[in-house]
Amino acid sequence: MLHIINKSPYDRPALDSALQTGEGGILFTEDGVYAIAKGGAAEAKIKAAQGKFKFYALGADIDARGLSDRVMEGISVVDYGGFVDLVAEYKTNQSWL
Amino acid sequence: MTTKKFMFVNRKAPYGTIYAWEALEVVLIAAAFEQDVSIAFLDDGVFQLKKGHQTKDIGVKAFEKTWGALEDYDVTKLYVAQESLAERGLTADDLAIPVEVLSRADIGKKMEEQDVLLSF
Repeated sequence: MLHIINKSPYDRPALDSALQTGEGGILFTEDGVYAIAKGGAAEAKIKAAQGKFKFYALGADIDARGLSDRVMEGISVVDYGGFVDLVAEYKTNQSWL
Repeated sequence: MTTKKFMFVNRKAPYGTIYAWEALEVVLIAAAFEQDVSIAFLDDGVFQLKKGHQTKDIGVKAFEKTWGALEDYDVTKLYVAQESLAERGLTADDLAIPVEVLSRADIGKKMEEQDVLLSF
């Protein structure tokens, strides 16, 4: 399953919900990309889950928020085409709106 | 015209919702009416001030340049919550404009001094 998270981990529990719900891929979009910034409190949660999940983040949303130089290790940055590829690659996807 | 103390309390990240942009518009309106305006940035609101926004690929206007215009409107009282910065791995050096970094408790005291609080 591909989990799509578009909410900030500091504002909503979407990341926690996804991490507790199975395995697979997690794609961060919109305000969800704040999760992958180095030095934030969400970094440790992602590090701890990297064996269980693959993590992706949408480059356009990273750039928009001024985070392009702060992307933590182990995150695959994708473009809009990559977003579509991921949705096609996983059998199902869950948007944590 | 009576001058009142207006504080805008910004708690949302930019771009994901319209709140941050709306707040900025109302700040400029209040300042145009020569009110005593201050802005507090708490929680995800601190992300509004992060420098280096490149919004071309999401098709919206970046905030950074507009923050610079606040000084022209005499809006210079910008307070940022230390705890909110720390949780997000940010420091004042990561922000696009000079601000006063305060504890949540001290921001609370500033809020108590206001005539009007507007929440975004």
